[in-house]
Amino acid sequence: MATTYVEAVGVTKEFTLRHTHSLKEMLIAMARHKKLSDTFHALHDVSFEITEGEAVALLGFNGSGKSTLLKLISGVMRPDQGAVRTRGRVAGLIEVGAGFHPDLTGRENVYLNGAILGMSEKQIDDAFDSIVEFSEIERFIDTEVKFYSSGMFLRLAFSVAVHSDPEVFLVDEILAVGDEPFQKKCLQRIRELKSEGLTLVIVSHDLDMVAGICDRGLLLESGNLTLDGPVRDVIRRMRGEE
Amino acid sequence: MTTPATVGRPELKIPGHSKGLLDVFHDRFLLRLIVRKELRVRYRGSILGMVWSYVKPLTQFLVFFFAMGVFLKLRETIPDYVVYLFAGIVTINYFSEAFGNATRCLVWNAPLINKIFLPRELFPVASLWVAIIHFLPQFIVLLLAALISGWRPSFTELLAGVLGFAIVSILALGLGLIFGAINVFYRDAENFVDLILMVATWCSPVLYSWQMVFTSTPRWLWYIYQANPLTAAVELFHHAFWYGALNEAEVATALAAYDGLPIQPNHLWTVGLIALLVSCGILAIGQLVFRRLEGRFAQEL
Repeated sequence: MATTYVEAVGVTKEFTLRHTHSLKEMLIAMARHKKLSDTFHALHDVSFEITEGEAVALLGFNGSGKSTLLKLISGVMRPDQGAVRTRGRVAGLIEVGAGFHPDLTGRENVYLNGAILGMSEKQIDDAFDSIVEFSEIERFIDTEVKFYSSGMFLRLAFSVAVHSDPEVFLVDEILAVGDEPFQKKCLQRIRELKSEGLTLVIVSHDLDMVAGICDRGLLLESGNLTLDGPVRDVIRRMRGEE
Repeated sequence: MTTPATVGRPELKIPGHSKGLLDVFHDRFLLRLIVRKELRVRYRGSILGMVWSYVKPLTQFLVFFFAMGVFLKLRETIPDYVVYLFAGIVTINYFSEAFGNATRCLVWNAPLINKIFLPRELFPVASLWVAIIHFLPQFIVLLLAALISGWRPSFTELLAGVLGFAIVSILALGLGLIFGAINVFYRDAENFVDLILMVATWCSPVLYSWQMVFTSTPRWLWYIYQANPLTAAVELFHHAFWYGALNEAEVATALAAYDGLPIQPNHLWTVGLIALLVSCGILAIGQLVFRRLEGRFAQEL
């Protein structure tokens, strides 16, 4: 029996969209009988299980809840109903610049980000050169990251995340901002990690890339999990080929 | 679960749940990095850097000393007014720094909070550490001033200092957790805190002496005044660094100025211990409020 690494049971997430923030606006809105807020269902009763070593693609069109689901798995947000559970270290490349502080240099951010991902000081010291080497941004490592391009951000973030030795690796879209050679390098690395038995969850609109890495696809449509199966079947359904 | 497949594997856990403040003490490396980061960010692009943490209290001290001590002649009824005033200013500055920054720290650290999980209590605790780092140089100046005016520390005086420090730290962290969490949702909190901090200097015996409050207010108001943990902390600091250094002539002047009322209020230790308990209670409430609201930080920031 394979071990579960990520588990979601009946996960529901709602967002309250507040239209007004100040008292003045609120009073005006009330006087005009406008609604003060709307709720938006980002995810509705989503359940699935991901076992060790699986590479799963979360697929769906914009606004279907993929990124929200990833944030729930990483623990940044909590579900309103249902439960998410994960096993071991979860490292996420959720957004460009996640876990980086713009006013710190690349070097300081490597330490900060590594520590947040659960590395000890010694582990970071030991891995530091290798992290910088993989990211190929030696020249800018002592520059504040707010001056980085999104590609440089990605390079460093990916490099730290990979070196944090996670059990579950979450990747959101961001590979798109890297240039082609680096993207290839990342994909190569992801494949290696996969063969080492790492559990992967990937969000991407690059369906061909996803098809190359993942075995299984989860299709989200406006917050509902509508299809869970081999990744090629899911992609075919998305492209309307069936 | 003890199926063979899970043996030797980490447990299934709910992500994004921490043990609150306990986790912070567990994760000292991360705390240290965040404290260092706060200092870096605070003084980036500044030539004087940490020197500002001397300049500001010194200026404040000079203004108060001339306005209150010299012009309003408080120097004549409060002996050794320099040390008296500075002991109070140092206490309140520490509180303002810790409470003010803890209130804003979550908003300042939005880029970290809404994209990655880490125990969020780290930020208010880091603010407290930053405040301690700013408090230390001022504290050393206070010690020097006290030594010059004849202060020779005894055990009870040091204990009073430690108790005062503990009260301020715990109170500031507790309030910082409460208002910091609320500030994520309504930025009114930080303005409200500024208001509290503006009043704080005047609502405890920093610039004037307790007898002035005692003789000019009804009893119930005096009790409320004394219930303020900061009042207790300031008086404890006075006890630790000022009271013991007074000579007989100074004591006689001070006693004569207020018809024999004692130089420090009665029951100093009892009031101090109560203040400590109140502060601990506020810290507990702060932790509860923080945990309650924490789940929605990422989506609000």
